[in-house]
Amino acid sequence: MKIILKNLTKRYPNRNRKIKEDVIAVNNFDFEIPDGELIGLLGPSGCGKSTTLNMICGLEQPTEGKIFFGEDDVTALPPENRGVGMVFQSYALYPHLTVRQNIRFPLENRKGKEKLSNEEMDRMAEEAARMVQIENLMDRKPGEMSGGQQQRVAIARALVKRPRVLLLDEPLSNLDARLRLQTREEIRRIQKETGITTVFVTHDQEEAMSISDRIVVMEVGVVQQIGRPQDVYDDPANLFVAKFLGTPAVNLFDGRVEKRKVYVGEDAILEVPDVPDQPVTVGIRPEGFEPDEQGSLPCSLISVEVMGRDTSVVAKHPAFLGEQIRTIIDSDERPDGKSDVVRFRIRPNKVHLFVPETGERVRFTLPRKEARIAHI
Amino acid sequence: MDKNNRKAWLYLLPALIFLGIFMVYPLFDVLVYSLEEGYNSASQTFFGYGIFNFSYVLRDPYFLQAVKNTFILVIITVPLSTGIALLISLGLHSIKPLKELFQTIYFLPYVTNTLAVGLVFMILFKKTPYTDGFINLIIQAFGGSSVDFIEGPYWAKMFVMCFYTIWVVLPFKILILTSALASVNPDYYKAARVDGTGSFRIFTRITLPMISPMIFYLVITGFIGAFKAYSDEVAIFGTDLNASGMNTIVGYVYDMLYGDSGGYPSYASAAALILFAIVLTITCINLLASRKTVTRS
Repeated sequence: MKIILKNLTKRYPNRNRKIKEDVIAVNNFDFEIPDGELIGLLGPSGCGKSTTLNMICGLEQPTEGKIFFGEDDVTALPPENRGVGMVFQSYALYPHLTVRQNIRFPLENRKGKEKLSNEEMDRMAEEAARMVQIENLMDRKPGEMSGGQQQRVAIARALVKRPRVLLLDEPLSNLDARLRLQTREEIRRIQKETGITTVFVTHDQEEAMSISDRIVVMEVGVVQQIGRPQDVYDDPANLFVAKFLGTPAVNLFDGRVEKRKVYVGEDAILEVPDVPDQPVTVGIRPEGFEPDEQGSLPCSLISVEVMGRDTSVVAKHPAFLGEQIRTIIDSDERPDGKSDVVRFRIRPNKVHLFVPETGERVRFTLPRKEARIAHI
Repeated sequence: MDKNNRKAWLYLLPALIFLGIFMVYPLFDVLVYSLEEGYNSASQTFFGYGIFNFSYVLRDPYFLQAVKNTFILVIITVPLSTGIALLISLGLHSIKPLKELFQTIYFLPYVTNTLAVGLVFMILFKKTPYTDGFINLIIQAFGGSSVDFIEGPYWAKMFVMCFYTIWVVLPFKILILTSALASVNPDYYKAARVDGTGSFRIFTRITLPMISPMIFYLVITGFIGAFKAYSDEVAIFGTDLNASGMNTIVGYVYDMLYGDSGGYPSYASAAALILFAIVLTITCINLLASRKTVTRS
């Protein structure tokens, strides 16, 4: 079931009554979610991602705009008539009911013609439980289970009524690091098996990047960029997206374009044939640095942190915006640490230029030869 | 006894001494009094030990009346007050505008003195040579004939008594239940809405189980409080409760100690122990019943 969001807008009256202006939680969200895809809504807290999810769910009414599931306009429908399954951040499992009763709960609500027999409900509950592999825990109460198991029960309860759309609000935030990895793969598997169009909300970019078919990056109610995770990472629409995606974060420098060269401080690091002279903010991904004695960017070395496969070189540069430059390099290439200065060659495809005031992207054509090298 | 253990007892000592003096010793003393036959408080003498005091109290018509009154009061007021408090707190929980104002209004009786409330009830219900009282005026307006609620028939007095007790215990119960309702995670209700649960089913399957520990607490303390009723009766019917036929068990104990017919600590102790046995039994029954119904998360 594809989901179409048309000019979706949500405004709240300001909590501070002296301010007449409304708070815009979601501003003009336009997006068509293809059938059967897993979509991650990503952004810092307060960016409107949860509000968007609640509007798709029907728990909140949009101020403007429309929501379609397939061809049906569901904007005015209450949640129970939309055919959505929702997994809450707190799981919201009823603590006094067993797992079986929890999963059966949505089915027991059905009335009239849709009413199911006891056996039918049990069969459907078992089926949903098998899907998330908790069929041996059916008689436990939520309090007797681990966080990961509770999460599965919550997913089973959302799936049992065979929803057209599955919604997950911060599904992994209550789990520890190891379970988080395991559970996100689990969510991916369940989504693939059922083929249900799924939207989930997260503030964790790694989580969103790793399992989503597409991610939507939001800030202060405005969609910043929509795309496949790798595309968004490689080709951020603006400074916010570039900063928000990637760990360690993108390294930002105060720079300028002069005579077709990008300068970071006094160091020219890159040739850009098609950009007019202007001040720019230069963003370089941590993996865009290569130690090279002839490199164009000299930095003062602070420390070398070995992480096994990779090495993180921490360095300083006068034009750097922030405390320390963090780079990720191959462990074989790591500097010996004898010298205080480390020189880097910069991979052109890992460099993004932005207008300093607006954060807008300044696009440039990669020099062909270097681009090819970068791909090897 | 190792050193740590001795230290622990040392820390506990002050509390144990106070508990011993003010709790354990009086309890023990009451038991002794209740078994001393023919005790005379003036000469501090008695004939011997036995269970005569108990059999006397159990045959005393005033005591039997007091037991009957107390039981009627308990059986009527505890379920009614808990139920009404639940309805009012549900209302308070779901209204949005002026919520705090309403919560304050409903809590006011709690901070009002019992005797002051009693006075108001007297004005509402009492028949005097000048007026029949406010409630009687209403009854007459609807074509009924007036009833003397304070000195009239037994059922009328009992009605005022129950009405008064419910009125007095409501605020505390409402306070507890509104906070219990507010502490239920709203995600449960959202999840129920997404699954299309009807509001009655939400109430019976989610809200009630979630707040059941608090309801249980109110029922137990309500039973105990109602069994110990006394001051409310005095506030409405005056100190001679035996004469008005509205005495309670605690009132009987008080009368046996200090009332006009008082000076019998042995009878008072026996009556107090009988009350203790009744409250203990009821509380045990409550606890057993709660095991099956109360949800603990």
